Amino acid sequence: MASWTWFHRLASPPSFFRLADRLAPWFGLLAAALLAYGWIDGLFFAPEDYQQKDAYRIIYVHVPAAALSLSLYMGMAVAAFVALVWRMKLAEAAIIAIAPVGASFTALALVTGMLWGKPMWGAYWVWDARLTSELVLLFLYFGVIGLWQAFEDPRAAARACALLAIVGVINVPIVKYSVDWWNSLHQGSTILKMGKPSITAAMAWPLFASLIGAYLLSGYVILRRLQNELLLRERGTAWVRELLGASRV
Amino acid sequence: MGGYGLYVWGSFGCGLAVLVWNVVAPKLARRELLRQMTETE
Amino acid sequence: MRALAAVFRRELRLALRSRMDWLLPLLFFVMVVMLFGLGARPKDPALAGFAPSVLWVGALLSMLLTLDRLFRSDYEDGTLEQLCLAEAPLTATIAAKLLAHWFLTGLPLVLLAAPLATALQLPDAGLAPLVIGLALGTPVLSLVGGFAAALTVALPRAGLLLPLLVLPLLAPVVIFGAGAVRAALEGLDAGAPLYFLAAVLVLCLTLVPWAAAAALRNAFE
Repeated sequence: MASWTWFHRLASPPSFFRLADRLAPWFGLLAAALLAYGWIDGLFFAPEDYQQKDAYRIIYVHVPAAALSLSLYMGMAVAAFVALVWRMKLAEAAIIAIAPVGASFTALALVTGMLWGKPMWGAYWVWDARLTSELVLLFLYFGVIGLWQAFEDPRAAARACALLAIVGVINVPIVKYSVDWWNSLHQGSTILKMGKPSITAAMAWPLFASLIGAYLLSGYVILRRLQNELLLRERGTAWVRELLGASRV
Repeated sequence: MGGYGLYVWGSFGCGLAVLVWNVVAPKLARRELLRQMTETE
Repeated sequence: MRALAAVFRRELRLALRSRMDWLLPLLFFVMVVMLFGLGARPKDPALAGFAPSVLWVGALLSMLLTLDRLFRSDYEDGTLEQLCLAEAPLTATIAAKLLAHWFLTGLPLVLLAAPLATALQLPDAGLAPLVIGLALGTPVLSLVGGFAAALTVALPRAGLLLPLLVLPLLAPVVIFGAGAVRAALEGLDAGAPLYFLAAVLVLCLTLVPWAAAAALRNAFE
């Protein structure tokens, strides 16, 4: 049991709030540096792709957004599971802190995918597996956000959203495989191929940088959103009053 | 950008817009929240 | 088991008293299909190609009409709270309620589908996969819809929210269901998508009653 006390201390709203205050600036700074390097190098200095020419540069926006859209949904589902099983306040707040961030990156992945698809496939949109499951993912995020806003009591809202998020997480792979039968136009994964990578180092470095930068940025945003959510839920408690008093000085 | 300028710049523009929204939205929400909470106290 | 049968009978008796409640969605289904046929050129051969997705989406929408009321009247008159507190497990009660819902709204859709499909000039080869697919898929619509209805039962304006919650979850059902018909029309084997539909149905049968029960309990806490 003793080994769990740090966890409980961390998960209590006031100490998490302070921890987030200390962590968030680092996340933000690192994210800004990595994204700035990744995008500038990717836009201007990385070599041209021999097949796709300059159009491939969209990868530096598209891949981080697509990766985040799935990772954040998984993160939201894990938070939902924790919120349902252990009724942890922090996890409840995390569900709604993650949802808008995830929705924004899903929308970005869709829009950049369309902008990439037009010059490469000749169409903004095709009904293939990845595009369709990404679109369903966006609707699932919207569902969670809509459900959240419909409730007045934040705890009931959190549990309802948690159930929806968990049912949704089962849905996404089913959608994906259901469309996989239709011939997929989408190219295979560029980075994660086993054996030799299909991308040269000069192209890969900015990609990794923007990928990690985007993850760190969403970490920063989620910490800030969690703080807001905690403030709202814990208003009237001693630690929030103390904080308000300090910020007024 | 070899004729692909519209698509590439469009993508990066959208990307930047999403990043900025993500950073700014919670900041504005925090300010609004703090204002409301100090007013009601 | 007795409680299950009692809930099922009660649902049917209530439905007999308010016939419009389950007849109107059927009428809606017929009208959607009819308007689609009217909107197309007469004897347009392309119509048959769209028939599977028209019938599936029509079925989906007409089921959607009935969801808002699924738990609402029971919630408002307090029956639901009694069911939550009753000795019989809530999951079983919900399963019985959803089965009754399918019996009243899903089954008639399955029976209506074949004549409507011929009206849309769907070739005979596509009829069997369409009807089997609907028979496997409409229970999934009832189950997933029931889960969403349970989530929103305490909300005053659930009607607007329900489509947003239900439709993305039902995307696979439409893909497999319409896909089976299309496969049959192209002379391919329609078995695989139908088996997948059956798998989705089994998955929903095992998971949804529990999820819906948790959602209903949440409404009373």
